[in-house]
Amino acid sequence: MRFFTSLKLLVLLLAPVLVTGCAARKDYDYTAFRQHQPRSILVLPPQNNSPDVAASINMLSQATYPLAEAGYYVIPVALVSETLRQNGVMTEGDAHSLPLDKLEKIFGANAVLYITVTQSGTSYVVVDSATVVAANAKLVDLKTGETLWAGEARASSSENKNNTGGLLGMMVSALISQMLTDEDSASHTMAGVTSYRLLSAGQPGGLLYGPRSPKFGTD
Amino acid sequence: MLARQYVLVAVMGGGLFLSGCGSQPEPLYQWEAYQPQVYEYLKGHPGQVEEQILVLEEGLQKINAGTKTPPPGYHAQLGLLYSLKGNGDQMIQEFQAEKQLYPESVVFMDFLIQNAKK
Repeated sequence: MRFFTSLKLLVLLLAPVLVTGCAARKDYDYTAFRQHQPRSILVLPPQNNSPDVAASINMLSQATYPLAEAGYYVIPVALVSETLRQNGVMTEGDAHSLPLDKLEKIFGANAVLYITVTQSGTSYVVVDSATVVAANAKLVDLKTGETLWAGEARASSSENKNNTGGLLGMMVSALISQMLTDEDSASHTMAGVTSYRLLSAGQPGGLLYGPRSPKFGTD
Repeated sequence: MLARQYVLVAVMGGGLFLSGCGSQPEPLYQWEAYQPQVYEYLKGHPGQVEEQILVLEEGLQKINAGTKTPPPGYHAQLGLLYSLKGNGDQMIQEFQAEKQLYPESVVFMDFLIQNAKK
């Protein structure tokens, strides 16, 4: 009987997972997103609010994978950086304050993604160390200036590998096991995990799938 | 009887729970070393342009031998590297390849090609 009761409890606990399935979306309002569904995304060099000087390029260089696999065309990130630099836009802050019509005219994207790295670095706690990267992002429609989506994510090298279920968990474990001991590569790796968590489609509160994904329109 | 049904549901639910949102989907693109090479570029070592071209060209051969396409930006990155070497023809060729594969890039690629011609 006790066995039966605990099973019942397990079923009750799992039921929400079954019912809400994959397309579970917190309470996120996707009205503007669907109304101005972008095909292409311009990722500007991320603002860096952390003391880690490499934080911006760590994030920028790993932002294309999740966005492209979500079904978006990503304006080539290094070329964007280079073009901005050649036009006298030297800092991330300057890039983030460029007028939208100018961005649309030069880069031809439908939406612009503003990423801010809020945390990047390693802290040492007695015998162990943890590298943490955290960032937030905002997707803005280049025609109307409307915010289509915003989100945030973080990753830590001290996350329990066995505790993170699902696809992201698997991916994270694989990344962490490849992680080198070098502090800079640890930050780079954690930036990759953060970017993946922040910008992948098909997760609660995440970006919607884009037109190049077979899953476009299913969420 | 009822208990057996619960077991079944629990097992099914458990499977779903563990696997998250179904199986890992097949990637849309064959990435090769695109992101690591973008990272190398952004770190800013102008002396390594030659090496970066080599890595991306090798990757492209592998991609062309398969059934998938290079990801957004792959050809454009090669174009950027060729421009740094002063190789204008190959730069334009790569920017055209990016346009052909991804019409979403036309505005930016044309902007770059126009600028190069000035």
